[in-house]
Amino acid sequence: MTGAPVRRGGPDLGSPTLRELARPGRRAWTFPVLDVPLVELPAEHARSAGPSLPEVSEIDIVRHFTRLSQMNYGVDTGFYPLGSCSMKYNPKVAETVAALPGFQRLHPHQPEETVQGALELLWMLERALCEVTGMARVTFQPPAGASGELTGLLVIRAYHTKNGNPRSKIVIPDSAHGTNPASVSLSGYQVRQVPSDARGLVDVGQLEKLVDEDVAGLMLTNPNTLGLFEDEIEGIAEVLHRVGALLYYDGANLNAIIGRVRPGDMGFDVVHMNTHKTFATPHGGGGPGAGPVAVGESLERFLPKPLLGFDQDSGRYYWDHDRPDSIGRVHGFNGNFGVLVRAFAYVFGHGRDGLREVGERAVLNANYLACLVMGDYPLAFPGRPMHEFVSTARPMKRHGVRAMDVAKRLIDLGFHPPTVYFPLVVEEAMMVEPTETESKETLDAFAEAMLQAAREAREHPELLHEAPVTAPVRRLDEAKAARELKLRW
Amino acid sequence: MRFAPHTDDDAREMLAACGLSSIDGLFAHLPPGVTLDRELGIPAGLSEMELVSEMRRLAARNRHADDLVCFAGGGAYDHYVPSIVWALAGRSELYTSYTPYQPEISQGVLQILFEYQSMICELTGLDVSNASLYDGPTALVEAVHMATSATGRSRILVTEALDPRFLQTLRTYGAGEHFEVERIAADKGVTGVEGIVGEPAAVVVQHPNGWGNLENARDLFGAAHAAGARAIQVFDPLSLGIVASPAELGADIAVGEGQVLGNHLNYGGPYLGVIAARIQDVRRMPGRIVGETADVDGARGYVLTLQAREQHIRREKATSNICTNQTLMAVAATVYLAWLGPEGLRELGQQCLAKTRYAAERLSGLSDTELKYPEAEFFKEFVLRTERDPVAIQSALIEAGFLTGPIVGDDGLLVSVTERRTREEIDAFAKAFEGATQ
Repeated sequence: MTGAPVRRGGPDLGSPTLRELARPGRRAWTFPVLDVPLVELPAEHARSAGPSLPEVSEIDIVRHFTRLSQMNYGVDTGFYPLGSCSMKYNPKVAETVAALPGFQRLHPHQPEETVQGALELLWMLERALCEVTGMARVTFQPPAGASGELTGLLVIRAYHTKNGNPRSKIVIPDSAHGTNPASVSLSGYQVRQVPSDARGLVDVGQLEKLVDEDVAGLMLTNPNTLGLFEDEIEGIAEVLHRVGALLYYDGANLNAIIGRVRPGDMGFDVVHMNTHKTFATPHGGGGPGAGPVAVGESLERFLPKPLLGFDQDSGRYYWDHDRPDSIGRVHGFNGNFGVLVRAFAYVFGHGRDGLREVGERAVLNANYLACLVMGDYPLAFPGRPMHEFVSTARPMKRHGVRAMDVAKRLIDLGFHPPTVYFPLVVEEAMMVEPTETESKETLDAFAEAMLQAAREAREHPELLHEAPVTAPVRRLDEAKAARELKLRW
Repeated sequence: MRFAPHTDDDAREMLAACGLSSIDGLFAHLPPGVTLDRELGIPAGLSEMELVSEMRRLAARNRHADDLVCFAGGGAYDHYVPSIVWALAGRSELYTSYTPYQPEISQGVLQILFEYQSMICELTGLDVSNASLYDGPTALVEAVHMATSATGRSRILVTEALDPRFLQTLRTYGAGEHFEVERIAADKGVTGVEGIVGEPAAVVVQHPNGWGNLENARDLFGAAHAAGARAIQVFDPLSLGIVASPAELGADIAVGEGQVLGNHLNYGGPYLGVIAARIQDVRRMPGRIVGETADVDGARGYVLTLQAREQHIRREKATSNICTNQTLMAVAATVYLAWLGPEGLRELGQQCLAKTRYAAERLSGLSDTELKYPEAEFFKEFVLRTERDPVAIQSALIEAGFLTGPIVGDDGLLVSVTERRTREEIDAFAKAFEGATQ
């Protein structure tokens, strides 16, 4: 049930780099003998000295990367309750189908006639995502959530510009993820922050004071970043729409409400989804993701181009480039297609019942786990959590123990820790998102580990300060890394 | 398909622990006005075998680079992907992990990214690389952002010979970031140095360029520096076994499409945005960067570093909004570059160059067909000009079993030849091309 990588003892402690493994003359590559005349590059274009890449054999490479993989924690090795990341199980069948040559070996410049199956897949996925979000059209170009945010904001900008004034401000909650304000800046807008109220929800009174006709829109997750449902969402939408501003739905927390609540029905005008969260595409140690953006009919004309088209009469799918109001291209080709194939497998494998059950089990798991641990880790806000909950490790501070110490101790106890110190508005925040993947037994074991860490914080705080001791390395000096920059061998 | 493991008894017990008797109780506080009172209009779920059948049906509606011989290029290339690349990048300890926020249990991904950064620096000759961006065109947007930040200027001079997808992407982001893009002419297939005038923030040169041609990059970057601009090169990582490196040519920032580094064609993504720069711009770099450090016992280890540049710390003042990147593609690139080594990279470059030259000679000798830029040197692709409609030629070639493209302008067809193509395939392609032009 626990899956943290552990330290190997003995003389092989630590992992050499490829460069340290290299020996001059060793090699892994093979190519056929050149069967056309050799050509020399003119001297002015030629490289003076070849790059100093490592020279290693194939078995060197295989053992090196296999060993490194064993120093890594993944969903396949254990429970991964990283809040706001929805680290659920990534179905193996999605890998099988994504590797079909009819998907994996498609060249992006192939004429439409030769990729009708790929376009049909995207069309079916688009219809499903429109149904899930309550929107009219989808662009698949954004390759990740933050790219989806920027795309959505540029769409909002194009909409207001078309109406005569791009406006200058975007409102975000103080609990927002860092990509929100960063995307706002890149889209040419200024950030206005609305505070949370005592319930951890958008302070609607403050929002009303902030919103005027220079506000282009509001970015919001719902459930919000504290894992709480913004139950005044209809009123919030009214405040924005009254002055002609738009509502942007950050789909980071869509997993909580899938099949039960649709962003479009809450009044949102633009929605991005994170396929690696809601639709279980593997996060790859940092990426790739895919960040499809869905919009209502009034914004469709501004979506990136080309946009997928379908001709009813001929039954033919095509890329529509003739879109004069489009914001343009946001990705080199048409987005992370290989990731979207995996998302398709998840959506259509689950179907309408399965998707609704996903949200229900995710919320059930978060509520159950919150009940088990809230005695020692009080909830930051009193409301009922949705798919994740934010606790605080503040009570441990008087024993000299911080949230990060608890996180590191959980590693010794075999678990990946929750997200810590986010959202920024909660002191000593610990943000826990179990997802629907986990069984009652796993949640019980994790809760027991959290409670053990809390006991130890009171009785043996040094165990937490010294942790981790079982991982491949102990606590790393981040200040040294930033001070003595060593970014390459 | 269902993956949630709860039995009915589990669900009941767990609800009871929360003081509830039904799942609906978990959602009772949601306003009724926004809750869906019907099922989603999506088909019922499928068993795994039904799903695989449906997806095989869709895949079978596509032609692809295993059933057509691929001479297509223009930013995505049919290079050979050795077996070990995805056997290792596909280790699920790596691909089912998140961004390495807890470094003690993420040393695998962190060390691989450190090795990736190291090899990108070796390839480009530059000082620093990040841990990946989305793809080549979005990497160029980030490079331009670095240049405007470094120079305090907003004019971006871009060669006309830049792959149009890069230009289109740059223009989209210019709307929000307030930089203006201007074109530099490229007559006879290469960029003219006389177009570099005024006080630009950056001069963007693709080398080899969007038509496959080698530019006079040293002169162009020299002129960029004389104008006080950052010199940005869009490069092909696989050219660098034989073609002079961005650092040798004088580039300050180099961005490339890393699909060629062990990643599949995937109909355009997921690919890999490569970026490298001189140390002067390290604090302007976008995205994750891995640094070496030590643990409390002095053992070597790796962490995400210089995070004060990034969105989760700096928020609206961050150098970029990127969070999720393309780490797994960078892992594949690291395995692939280790497999190639310095000799393999040189051999690969020589094979691309020689086979492309051979194909150009075969094709330009055909009636009605000539090289569009006969005076230019090229690396692994070139533009053919024909008197017939290139769209019709492309279709006829598919009938004959060959992929080409993209189409360039009204009368050009891009042909790309990687190390995978054999003399026999090139000869057959030339024959089919001749048939297609008549």
